[in-house]
Parts: sequence; structure tokens; C-alpha cells
Amino acid sequence: MSAPVQSSIATRNLNLWYGSFQALINVTVDIKDGLITALIGPSGCGKTTLLRCFNRVNERYGYVTTTGEIKILGKNIYDPDVSLIELRKSVGMVFQRPNPLPISVYENVVFGLRIHSERSQLKRSLLDEAVETSLREVGLWEDLKDRLDTKATGLQLEQQQKLCIARLLPLKPRVILMDEPCSALDVEGTRAIEELMFGLKGRYTILIVTHNMAQARRASDECIFMLLGEMVEHARTEKLFLNPADPRTAEYIEGRYG
Amino acid sequence: MESNSTSPNLAVRKAARPGWALAGERTLEILIHLCGISAILFVLGIFFFVFKEAFPVLGHEKFSLSQFLFSQEWYPTSEVNKRYGVLAMIAGTFSVTALAMVLAVPFGIGGAIYISEFCGAKTKETLKIVVELLAAIPSVVWGFIGLTVMSRLIVKYTGAPVGVNVLNGGIILALMSVPIIVSIGEDALKAVPDSFREAGIALGATRWQLIWRVLLPAAKNGLLAAVLLGVARAVGETMAVLMATGHAVHIPHSLLDSVRTLTANIAAELGEAPVGSDHYRVLFLTGVLLFLITFVVNLAADFMVRGIRKK
Repeated sequence: MSAPVQSSIATRNLNLWYGSFQALINVTVDIKDGLITALIGPSGCGKTTLLRCFNRVNERYGYVTTTGEIKILGKNIYDPDVSLIELRKSVGMVFQRPNPLPISVYENVVFGLRIHSERSQLKRSLLDEAVETSLREVGLWEDLKDRLDTKATGLQLEQQQKLCIARLLPLKPRVILMDEPCSALDVEGTRAIEELMFGLKGRYTILIVTHNMAQARRASDECIFMLLGEMVEHARTEKLFLNPADPRTAEYIEGRYG
Repeated sequence: MESNSTSPNLAVRKAARPGWALAGERTLEILIHLCGISAILFVLGIFFFVFKEAFPVLGHEKFSLSQFLFSQEWYPTSEVNKRYGVLAMIAGTFSVTALAMVLAVPFGIGGAIYISEFCGAKTKETLKIVVELLAAIPSVVWGFIGLTVMSRLIVKYTGAPVGVNVLNGGIILALMSVPIIVSIGEDALKAVPDSFREAGIALGATRWQLIWRVLLPAAKNGLLAAVLLGVARAVGETMAVLMATGHAVHIPHSLLDSVRTLTANIAAELGEAPVGSDHYRVLFLTGVLLFLITFVVNLAADFMVRGIRKK
């Protein structure tokens, strides 16, 4: 039973309610370190909710109750001594619609550093370096190096989404959560983001929610299928698509519903 | 017969509508049009009238525009040497407005931030209603509070000989401008897309970092517009400052000096100035000056609000 790869996110009997509506039911899952794991399932199945538990942004809305346990890198994130700020520093998030802040490209990339460090530690050279490394990593440096002062909200959508990934990197996160990161992008943009995910794989644990089954199939190592708040199946992607264990999974990937 | 019966039928039905219905519709249309353009007509009409009343004095040999703007000697009823300098009143208006803004801007923006970002849904509704009520208090009531309550407090705590002065007027005007700044500032913050907040929170920003580094930069045009509309309110306010500032023609040297504002001067003297006299016309010229000041402030606010919409 001992898993060969260490799990970086582990939930135990996770339940979540929005008011009186239960959105997650007894979810127990181990997400392996350094892999790309896709969350699939029909709308309203709780996949985005689950994703948003892992950095606790769900709690913005006051009417959310959670029970159970989520361990990230061995630490239960619902422990009282957990700092939300530190948690969100090591668990980055990319949203469905690219949401760069309405400030310059440069400031977007260093935003994390600015809010997490003392002003005296932030030497210009350090910031410059962080900007270059992060933008190179996402393949934006050549396009944007002469336009670092332009407003990030004016970039093309694909560039905006890459920038949203780039701004996580200076904080050296261990986990990157992606909530349908390509749903606002065209084919080219989707391909670019997927390639970027492959490049980041290994160094970061990537968890991606997607509606696009073809994307889950080509871009993930493991796949989790959810239905009505429950986790139905978790397996290697090829296995889940070729030889699903649960009939509900089979019906979903055949397109009978969803 | 059957196949092309539709179009003649339609024609018949149209013709069958009674004449009064058509005429009524036409009249209503014209009325709506008139309502739409009436604002423009009124503004132009008022400007034309005020300017027409003021204009003849500009050509008068005893009147000089530079004296009007740069002299602080206001002796409109002198027997021997009438002088019409409104510099002291310009200083009065600006000092009271400036003090009002120093007090109202932090309170107003702070209130807007609280309502939009901190309080719960119920508090939010209550506060918004109360703030609107505050905006609806008649200015004469504010003036009355300045004249009685505030002036006594100022005399008691500062030892000033009179309680009606720049400080009093500034506080009263601040109280009148805060509701405007709060409600327009809150609109500006509400207009900041929630995705910006989520981006900041997901990066681990604290509440203050989120406000300081994300919301204020994102809403700055709208907040600036809110402040400028507050300024316009303060510059144009008459009755409250007439009662609260002491009405002394004098360039103030401290917060406890009494002043007279441009608006209060017109309100107090126009009734006594003989129609068509130089005094009467100079007061109208003061009106033109005020009109220009508020016009510029409103225009600036408008451009900024437009700036928000573009984004």
C-alpha cells in the first residue's frame, strides 16, 4: 500500500457546506507530489469548490462550513496555528478569467514579494531578477521585456494568463491550483498554457480543474472524477479514460451526461 | 385572395387607430424630448441671465476686473469711493473649502472603504440609508447647528472671541460633503471587479495590503471624482456658511478668524442692492465667478468618472 510518490495534498473525510447545501461529501484523496492532476466532472460537482479549499479562499464567503482534514505538505491547513498568508504563499492559484492587477507588468510579478517581505529586503536588483526569471519561465520575457511598465490589464488574454502564472513563481510555491485556466483562451492560448504546465511539472504540484475532457486526457498525469460532491474515481489518466473502474465514470467520459 | 390578405389587413388595422391616439403618442414623444434637453436649456439660460446682468459693469470706467479679482477692499455702499474687490471672499471660500476637504476626505474615503469592504450586508444597508439621510438634511439646519451648537463649543474649547469662523464653517461643510464622498466613493470601490480581490487574497495579501495596493489604485479615478464632487458641494454651499462663518470681509490668518464666502456675500447683499446698480451687477459677476469655479470642478470630476468607464 505504500505509495511510491509522496502525496503533497491529502484530504480526509472532507465535507463542505454552503449554508445548508452540502457541496463536498466525504472527500478523501491523495494528490501526488510533482504531478499534474486534473479534476473533472459535470458542472456543480464540486471540483472548483474542492480546489478552492486548498488555499482556503472559499472562506471569503461567510456562510461556508468545513469539516474533515486537509494536509498540505504534511500540515493540516485547518489547524489554528496555520497562517493563511503563509498557506497562500505556498499554494498559488490561477483563475478562470485571467485577473492581472490593474498595475504594470513589472509590479504584477513582484506583487507577492512586496506583500510578503520587509521593504528593506527588496533591493531593486532582487526584484529585477525575480521579474526576469519568472517571465522567462512562462515564456513572456522576450515579448514583454521592453514593455514592463505597461498596464497588465491591456495585454492579450493569453499573455495575461501567463502573467498570472508568472506572478506566483517569485513566492516559490509548492502547489499551483488552476481553475479552468484555459476557458477564456483560444486554441493557441490553450496549447501555450498546457506546454507551460509541462514545463513546470516536477518542480510544482499542479492541480487543474477543467471542463474540457480532451485537455484532461492530454495534459494530466492523474485524473480525479467527481460527481455531486463526491469523489468517484482517482486513477492514472490513461487508466481512467481507457479502463474506468466505476460505471459512472465510464458514462461521463463517454458523454452520456455532463 | 387568401394569400395576400395579410398586408391589406395590416394597413386597415393601422388606419383604424383613432386619430387622438396617434396625436397623443406624438405629443408624448415631444414632451419626453423636451424633458431630455431641458437641462441644457436651463443651464444655458441661467448662465445667459447671470452674465447678462453682470456684463454692463465690465465696460464701466470706474470698474476694473483686476481690482475685482485682486483687491480685498469691498466697500460697495461707500458714499465717496466705492470699491469692489472680492479677493477676501475668494480667500474665505477657499479657506473654508480647504479645511472642509482636509476633514471630509479621510472620513469620506474611510467610510466608503468600511462600507464597501469591511462591514456585513446588514450594516451595509443600514449605513447606506443613514448616509443618504445625512445628505438630505437641509443646509439651513446645518447652518443652525453651526450657529448655535458648534459656535458655543468652539468658544468654550479654543477660547476664540467668536465661535463663527473658518473652523466652524469648515466642520459644517465637511459634515455636508462626507455623505457625497462616501456614497460616490463606495460606488467606485464596488465597481472594482471581484477578480482583483481574489487575485490579491490568493497571493496572500492581508486586508490592508489588499485595500492599499489593489483597491485604492484600481478605484482611484472614482475616488478622485467623489472628492471633487464633495469640493463642488462645499464651494457652492451658501446658507450653512452664511450662518457659520461670521461674515467678516477679511483674509483669514488663522482657523479662528471670521470670513465671508463668495456665496454668502451674494445671498446677504443682493436683496439690498438696487436693481441695475454697479453693486447689483458686481454681485452677479461674483455669481459668474462661482459658476466658473464649480463648472471647472464638475468638469474635472466628469472626466475622471469617464476615465473609470473606459477601463
